[in-house]
Amino acid sequence: MSQKDRPLSPHLQVYRPQLTSMLSILHRLTGVALAVGTLLLVYWLAAAAAGPESFESAQGLIGSFFGQLFLFGWTYALFYHLCNGIRHLYWDAGFGFELPEVYKTGWAVVAVSGVLTIASWVLGYAMAGGA
Amino acid sequence: MSLRSPLGRVRGLGSAKSGTEHWWAQRLTALALIPLCLWFVASIAAMVGADYATMRAWVDSPLVAGLLILLILATFYHAYLGVQVVIEDYVHYEPLKIAALLCVAGLSILLGVIAVLSVLLLLFGG
Repeated sequence: MSQKDRPLSPHLQVYRPQLTSMLSILHRLTGVALAVGTLLLVYWLAAAAAGPESFESAQGLIGSFFGQLFLFGWTYALFYHLCNGIRHLYWDAGFGFELPEVYKTGWAVVAVSGVLTIASWVLGYAMAGGA
Repeated sequence: MSLRSPLGRVRGLGSAKSGTEHWWAQRLTALALIPLCLWFVASIAAMVGADYATMRAWVDSPLVAGLLILLILATFYHAYLGVQVVIEDYVHYEPLKIAALLCVAGLSILLGVIAVLSVLLLLFGG
C-alpha cells in the first residue's frame, strides 16, 4: 500500500488548526449560540410586557453573576458574528480572496469584535454606576 | 396536453430546488441586522440598571417599537435560515432531519410572535 502521497480533502482531524478555519468554525458556532440566545431577548421582552414585578425579577436574573457571565458571552458572540458576517458579505461581493488579505481581515475581526464587546460593557457599567 | 408553460414545469426542479432565494434572504437579513444590532446593543448598554418605568418610556415610541419589531423579524428569519443549513449539513437521517427542521421553524415563528406581541403590548398596553 503506497498511497501515502495522495492528496487529502480538508478534514478537521488531519488539518492543522489555522486562523482561517478557526474563524470559520467560530462563525457557525456563534450563529447557533445566538439562535439559542434569542430566548434571552424573548424572555426579557415578555417579562417587561407582563408587568413591573416580572420585569424586575428578569432584571435581577440577568444582573446576577451568572446572568452577566452569560450576557458577556452573548455580547461577544453577537459582535463576532456581526464582524465576521461583514467579512462574509465582503467576500460575497467578490473582494478579499487573496490569502494575505484573508488573514488581515481575519485578525481585524478578532480585534474589532473584542473592542466592541469591551466598549459596550464599559458603557453599560458606566451607566449602571451613574444611574 | 399540459396547460403549464415550459418555464412553469421546470421551475424548482433543478438540483438547487429553490434556486438562490435562501442565499439571498440570508444576505439581506444579515445586511439589515448590522445597523439594527448596533442600535439595539447601544440602547441596551445605555439602559443598564434601568427600572421598569425607564424601559416602558423607551419602548413607548413608534420608532423604537418599530425598530424592535424589525430586529425581531430579521433575527428570527436569519436564525432560522442559518440553523436550517447547520441541520442539513450534520443530520443525515432523513426523518430526524425533517423533524428537526420543522421544530426549528415552529420555534422560530413561536418565539418571534411572542417577542412581537410583547413589544406591541408595551407600546399599546396600559
